[in-house]
Amino acid sequence: MFEPDMETMPLKELRELQLERLRATVRYCYEHVPFYRKRFREAQLKPEDIRSLADLARIPFTVKDDLRDHYPYGILAKPLKEVVRFHSSSGTTGIPTVVGYTKKDISTWARIMARGIATTGATSEDIVQVAYGYGLFTGGLGFHYGCEELGAATIPAGGGITPTKRQIQIMKDMHSTVLCCTPSYALYLAEEARKEGIDPEKDFSLRIGIFGAEPWSEATRKKIEAALNLRAHDVYGLSEIWGPGVGMECEERTGLHIWGDHFIMEVIDPETGEVLEPGEKGELVFTTLTRDAMPLLRYRSRDISVVDEEPCECGRTHPRMLRILGRSDDMLIIRGVNVFPSQVEHVLMRIPGIGDHYQIIIDRDILDVLRVKVEVTPEVFSDKLAELEALRRRVEEELAAVLNVGAKVELVEPGTIPRTPGKAQRVVDMRAGKI
Amino acid sequence: MVVEQVSVFVENKPGRLSKVTEVLGEAGINIRALSIAELGEFGVIRLVVDKPHEARAVLTNSGFTVGINRVLAIEMGDEPGSLAKIASALGNAGVNIDYAYAFIAGAKEKAVLIARVDDIRKAEDVLSREGIRLLAAEELQGI
Repeated sequence: MFEPDMETMPLKELRELQLERLRATVRYCYEHVPFYRKRFREAQLKPEDIRSLADLARIPFTVKDDLRDHYPYGILAKPLKEVVRFHSSSGTTGIPTVVGYTKKDISTWARIMARGIATTGATSEDIVQVAYGYGLFTGGLGFHYGCEELGAATIPAGGGITPTKRQIQIMKDMHSTVLCCTPSYALYLAEEARKEGIDPEKDFSLRIGIFGAEPWSEATRKKIEAALNLRAHDVYGLSEIWGPGVGMECEERTGLHIWGDHFIMEVIDPETGEVLEPGEKGELVFTTLTRDAMPLLRYRSRDISVVDEEPCECGRTHPRMLRILGRSDDMLIIRGVNVFPSQVEHVLMRIPGIGDHYQIIIDRDILDVLRVKVEVTPEVFSDKLAELEALRRRVEEELAAVLNVGAKVELVEPGTIPRTPGKAQRVVDMRAGKI
Repeated sequence: MVVEQVSVFVENKPGRLSKVTEVLGEAGINIRALSIAELGEFGVIRLVVDKPHEARAVLTNSGFTVGINRVLAIEMGDEPGSLAKIASALGNAGVNIDYAYAFIAGAKEKAVLIARVDDIRKAEDVLSREGIRLLAAEELQGI
């Protein structure tokens, strides 16, 4: 462990530390960020009203639009002369968000990242190839500083700048032992390496992969592990907070540890904003406890997951979040039940021969009807109707068990589900007003 | 003695059979026998053709999901009771017929039963003991 005392701190002590840091953060925000002072006044709240962790729920949420409304510098708690770096989100959905870091933020982030990277089993003896993008995106520099802080030999191979052929050459010649990049780029690297006749077992020395910045599944994990001969770990982060490293999967790989000394994680019902119990599925909300230039209170991530507070086999006490299930923007409400397209995909992925092409259709008869169209591949095709029907029922049963709402499965011919370049249209909502 | 049958997954909607037969026709593939089975929104078209592997290739290229299965082509007299004789022989031996369809073979007063059974070897033994003839793929082409 990189910081064993902190990582294994008994939960009770961790909560005390969180409360102490929360009260300081609330006061700091109130005194230094006009946006927060205004919010508190509107909610008729004073910093001293926050006396327990439960009082956190009294603080209004911060959302991405708040950051956009104060673009570019309006939400900083420090004057620009103390800021040493900016990162910025891509702005594909509108105005970009700008995130500032002081010197202290950069070093805190490096320690969080070093702790996370060590959590995967990597040490200062490792040779780490960082193939995340370096630049406005937080991935490359976030990992870079973390690896150096850990003392690992860091190769800033920068995805998107360093060509894939060169990445493969570096991996082979410099014996990289850890690979950090997006899961889709890992798959692409594996595919290109295979084309070049590389045997990952013989030619590569990889042992650990740290993949994130986009949602991925257990099926993809297995694919990457087989193709690159390494153990794959999930990493979670938000560019609005630091970037990567908010959560990292340890060697047990039963969820991502969210570092409680730096963040308070809540799970809320995305519709009502109500705080949910551990184990309940909802939107993750983060409060930063050690952020200097840009502290955030109850920032809504839009990411949906489940929190597990049970102790982890690895000995770390910090709560875990499970793999991201989806975005709250993607959430469907079917007969009052929250359903995420990713849950459907997850079920389909487990059934061999099914899952590559599917479509979810929501219609309203009197009640909402959830239909899932699945293409029949040669792998699952049978000339016996009974076997096809059994397959159809099996998919229905497995979906019902996971979704808690019935779905009607339809078997369709291959090619009948429209293919669009890039993001497939997986969900068609035909209910009134939705289309 | 088994015959290879081509089966095609189709959605139960207008135009699917015509599409399948069109593709086969264009490739010069001759259909000897055909059956359509449907269950709700989908079905399976089963075909005995002169060139099953070529049929699979052209149908797959046209985007269909296609399988090839081993079935029996059982010769029967075009007269009352001949199907019953086959069915009871197989039934008594505990061989289950998954599905079957028949066609009359030209002017030769013969009919052919295409049957998928759960135990091909046993079915072959039973039928040969009963003096019932199984047709090879080449013989089907000659009909």
